[in-house]
Amino acid sequence: MERFSLYNTNIDFLRWRKVAMAWSIIVLLIAVGSLLVQGMNLGLDFTGGTVIEVQYAQPVEIPKVRETLVKAGFGDAQTQHFGTSKDVLIRIPPHDQRNAATLSNEVLRALQDAEGGAGATLARAEFVGPQVGQELVEQGGLAALGALAGILVYVMFRFEWRLAVGTIAATVHDVVFTVGWFSLFHLEFDLTVLAAVLAVIGYSVNDTVVVLDRIRENFRKRRKGSVLEIMNRSINETLSRTLMTSLATLLSVIVLYFLGGTVMHGFSIAMIVGILVGTYSSIYIASASALYLGISREDLLPKAKEAADERP
Amino acid sequence: MATPYTLNQYPWWKYLLIGLVILWGLIFALPNLFGEDPAVQISGARANIAIDPAFQDRVAALLDTEKLPHKRLELEADRLLVRFTDPEEQLKAADILKDRLGRDYIVALNLASSEPGFLRALGLNPMYLGLDLRGGVHFLMQVDMDATIKQVEDSYVEDVRAQLRAAKVLYTSVGRAANGGIRVEFKDGAERDKAAQVLHKQLPSLQQTESDPLSLKLTLGEPEIREKRDFALQQNITTLRNRVNELGVAEPIIQQQGNDRIVVQLPGVQDTARAKEILGATATLEFRLADEENDWTQAAATGRIPLNSRLYKDREGRPVLLQKRVMLTGDSIVDAASGLDQQSGGPAVFVTLDGKGAKRFEDATKDNIGKRMGVVFIENKTETKRVDGELKKTAYTVEEVINLATIRDRLGRRFQITGLDSTREARDLALLLRAGALASPIEIIEERTVGPSAGKENIAQGFRAAMVSLLVIAAFMVGRYRWFGAIATAALAANVVLLIAALSMLQATLTLPGIAGIVLTMGMAVDANVLIYERIREEIRNGNSPQAAIHAGFDRAFDTIIDSNLTTLIAAIMLFGFGTGPIKGFAVTLSIGIVTSMFTAVTGSRALVNLIYGGRKLQKLTI
Repeated sequence: MERFSLYNTNIDFLRWRKVAMAWSIIVLLIAVGSLLVQGMNLGLDFTGGTVIEVQYAQPVEIPKVRETLVKAGFGDAQTQHFGTSKDVLIRIPPHDQRNAATLSNEVLRALQDAEGGAGATLARAEFVGPQVGQELVEQGGLAALGALAGILVYVMFRFEWRLAVGTIAATVHDVVFTVGWFSLFHLEFDLTVLAAVLAVIGYSVNDTVVVLDRIRENFRKRRKGSVLEIMNRSINETLSRTLMTSLATLLSVIVLYFLGGTVMHGFSIAMIVGILVGTYSSIYIASASALYLGISREDLLPKAKEAADERP
Repeated sequence: MATPYTLNQYPWWKYLLIGLVILWGLIFALPNLFGEDPAVQISGARANIAIDPAFQDRVAALLDTEKLPHKRLELEADRLLVRFTDPEEQLKAADILKDRLGRDYIVALNLASSEPGFLRALGLNPMYLGLDLRGGVHFLMQVDMDATIKQVEDSYVEDVRAQLRAAKVLYTSVGRAANGGIRVEFKDGAERDKAAQVLHKQLPSLQQTESDPLSLKLTLGEPEIREKRDFALQQNITTLRNRVNELGVAEPIIQQQGNDRIVVQLPGVQDTARAKEILGATATLEFRLADEENDWTQAAATGRIPLNSRLYKDREGRPVLLQKRVMLTGDSIVDAASGLDQQSGGPAVFVTLDGKGAKRFEDATKDNIGKRMGVVFIENKTETKRVDGELKKTAYTVEEVINLATIRDRLGRRFQITGLDSTREARDLALLLRAGALASPIEIIEERTVGPSAGKENIAQGFRAAMVSLLVIAAFMVGRYRWFGAIATAALAANVVLLIAALSMLQATLTLPGIAGIVLTMGMAVDANVLIYERIREEIRNGNSPQAAIHAGFDRAFDTIIDSNLTTLIAAIMLFGFGTGPIKGFAVTLSIGIVTSMFTAVTGSRALVNLIYGGRKLQKLTI
């Protein structure tokens, strides 16, 4: 087997920085536009309501289930197959007239009493009260901001501020892209997706930091070359690592998508999108942003104190 | 600089240390290899009920006579565990045992780890599976604190009245003020001032806030409100705990969350409807004499209710007129047990009263023998509705006459209520009464139920995803880095073992998102190896000798690894701080995974590389 070779690359990545920036800005505008226009398809965790997953003994037709539900007074329920033709997923928005806490039991009873529903069992039921949903929206937003702030402080502490800003720009880019993707394609955004978005934050920074580390190292090591050349050099040097890690992580998340069950779909999609865009952004957005902010060799040369710590 | 020959060698103690850590991981991860037995757990309903070898023999004999196949019986500190091979047998046995043992014992379904006894004796336990993996119900309940304070004020209204009457102060009215507090109104100022003095002396905990010539406003002090709220929460937790015990749940979790919330987790509960009925409703009883002088149907039809009576309905919806005066309330009830009425053979609830209640009840019933008495079952329910986009919480009570019986005798400390439809209803009523009336209305604001089979499926899927992911990454790494890839795979496997060991040791809850965290950690854990290996390749390209390249690769990649892992850790910790339930599980596995991966991918794989390549002359390195 001939192993793929990435190490002698000398791609002028940053030559395309304007194109990349323009592309990113357009994509982000689309994402933000979609968020503003059609918003998020928020899952039950955030909106409140009830989700019931029922497993029938034999295949069942959705129209029949719907009919039963309408008869039982759940006209606003959404019904769909889930995995197989025996599994049915029912969503009921926050209900005004009924006691929400007992709703899942009423639904199940109605389905069991209906024709063909004798062996139906409850696989999963979730009810989230409206007040809990609102809290989760707030806490989720806070967690994302907290993570970003924590990372910003860390990166500022470890790197020069322009690189820190570049890192945050890349990370925000990835988060907005991922969230925008969910908005644009109307995918359900629930708690596990939020967890994935936070993991994307971690991943994206991780990816970017490696490139920045190398940029800093090369500024200190190489006397010659312009800022642009050194950045390009660094991106090329870390390219095989960037791609290898992205591929490895991507593979594990793809496995999760196919084998982890339907509950993990949203999570895996968010991770897949996040990893792909994170790989792109750590190559383009982070260093290009620092470049636009006017980073120079002097900014990254070790101060007198740090020089003593330098490894041979 | 060291010579290439000694460059990549660890001192012996370092290998030993790494070996010990891996051994520790293997030992702690070991209990997870054994599956779980369906089991029935029997414990005493009260402290004085002994679970001893004699009891074990009794259960064993019971199982034999009923021809219930079981694996074995295990006597533990204060519980008896009956293991089965098959869930069907478990369910059947649980029903029969529940029936035969009576209500002195709590019979609960459980999944017991089938790890050998000596491991358990060492304190080694398998990972604690979350409800999404083992099946069960999670409730988040909110105590209605406004109602609590209202209740406290209501009881003060009575006290105020009594004090004023005792001091012979003339007042026109006493009642709760619309915006909280208690308002007492007077006809003249002198009486008002007298009342202010009396109340200040007799009920010092009430603060007199407004100065108005003809009225007094009394409010509860902040410390008292806090104390009452605290008390309401604790009382609810206690009551819930009792009720959960009655439900028969092994390893339930009932915890305070925040100021006014309670988390209830009931692993393995299948009948969620019943669980909710029992947990969610609060019931009290009121005993009232029947109004024998008026026609009930006529009163209901005309709507003209006699002044001293109240109109109720019984279960069939028929009108019942009861006197307004309450003979006895649920507070006085000490115990209530279901059983069979010896005369009629029908279901009955045997009620025991406290001393004060018994005296009151005796006085009330002795002059009314032969008259009828109604038992009003009052259920407090709350619900949150969205009205015009605003969240509105409404509490409502459902009052129903559950029993109308003739007083046959002077009723004292012990008496029975009959006229219940079924033994199950008798049992549920007794249960609710026994647990005591809840102090405050409580509402379920979040529920997550996972059926037992869905839980099993989730485990199977999660396990498969993790295994396949491990294999795919292994193939990928070996394909790219050959022997070094194999070393990275070994480090990755060690990482999974350590992660499982840490989860088992901490008894952190493993959830389905937690498994996702493990899978994700695998992908990210190899990142450290990728960084190192790419660095080694680079060093070789730059013309370094293989040994020097290995040394430099590990060395130079280290800073980057720390940087990239710490940033991910920050995100994971934020997630943990915010997380609820399953998401917390994700954050936990991700955080632990990051820490263990730094050890295995850097130190662990370095040790392997040193063992294989260190200390010898290498011409060429395949990486």
